[in-house]
Amino acid sequence: MQLKINGKTLEVKDGCNIEALLQQLGLKADRVAVERNRNIVMRSDFDTTVLQNNDQIEIVNFVGGG
Amino acid sequence: MRISINEQLHDIPAEMTLDQLRRHKYPGADICVLNGAETKANTPLQSGDRVVFICSGHTPSTEEFNAMLKARHGVEVQQTLERSCVAIAGVGGLGSNVAIALARAGIGCLIIADQDVVELSNLQRQQYFLDQIGCPKVTAMATTLKRINPGLHLTTHHTRVDSHNLTELFASAHILVEAFDHASAKAELTQTWLQTFPERPLVAASGVAGFGAANSIITQRPFARLYVCGDGASAVEAVGSLCASRVGVAASHQAHAVVRLLLGLDPLTDTPTTKHNSPIDKTLSNTEKIDIDKKQCGG
Repeated sequence: MQLKINGKTLEVKDGCNIEALLQQLGLKADRVAVERNRNIVMRSDFDTTVLQNNDQIEIVNFVGGG
Repeated sequence: MRISINEQLHDIPAEMTLDQLRRHKYPGADICVLNGAETKANTPLQSGDRVVFICSGHTPSTEEFNAMLKARHGVEVQQTLERSCVAIAGVGGLGSNVAIALARAGIGCLIIADQDVVELSNLQRQQYFLDQIGCPKVTAMATTLKRINPGLHLTTHHTRVDSHNLTELFASAHILVEAFDHASAKAELTQTWLQTFPERPLVAASGVAGFGAANSIITQRPFARLYVCGDGASAVEAVGSLCASRVGVAASHQAHAVVRLLLGLDPLTDTPTTKHNSPIDKTLSNTEKIDIDKKQCGG
């Protein structure tokens, strides 16, 4: 199925959840904030949030320093 | 004729001199500044002149400070900023600079939270002083902020901010500034704030380390209510250090995004696209109702 990730199309396996998507993108789950179809997804729900075809996903990957 | 005396417009008789005015209005003043330059001359005044009389050793009152802000920003802008409450999570390199900028801008109420004490290594980029080493950062910052803006309503929390106490600590804030150091703390705070208060903006930072170009630091809006300042990539883990001037650029981006949001302006652009509503004017549901209670804000 296809997802829109930060505006770009990405092909992922059917039944993919957010945890698996982050793994595929090489991102660490504890350093990101994720919106699915404009709703914030809590980290505790990453592995149970199963994505659907055409879902719009926004990911902010935080880096350290401040 | 009309001139400005200590930031206030006054009508004075024509043909008056600077010294005549000083003796009439501020007989104790020992320093006179005329149109931006200190002078000892008894100059004849002209319409439109800006005169400032200073009594050495006298600290201006809160009322005088507030009048100065209204004169500088305009009454409408200043009344909006004065009614605003902004929380800052972390007062290190980013947060100490954000707090000072917002106190100077005349934000009415600030809530600052940080668990750390001032260390020598902080002085390389954070707004603390040698004689404050060992002091909780929030206490040291409170001293500085009150020296800048005596009328500021300030609440300090010397505690670690996490997803469990975030809501309680910052409940009365219209906007939250994320000014943490660690990426995981930034992510946790972002999720919790946006989940708990979906209508209230969060101004975060990411990618502020190193000596990269100041122009690579920008303000972006990845989510509807999330603004992120930085280059998005320069991690302290990767580039090794943080520099006062670059962190300061990012902190100023954050502080200015806050000011623009409060004034109903888009932090990203001056191009008028859609009309933004200030978070303090938003009609909120009962659970979202924000009360700038002076008691809650430190009074």
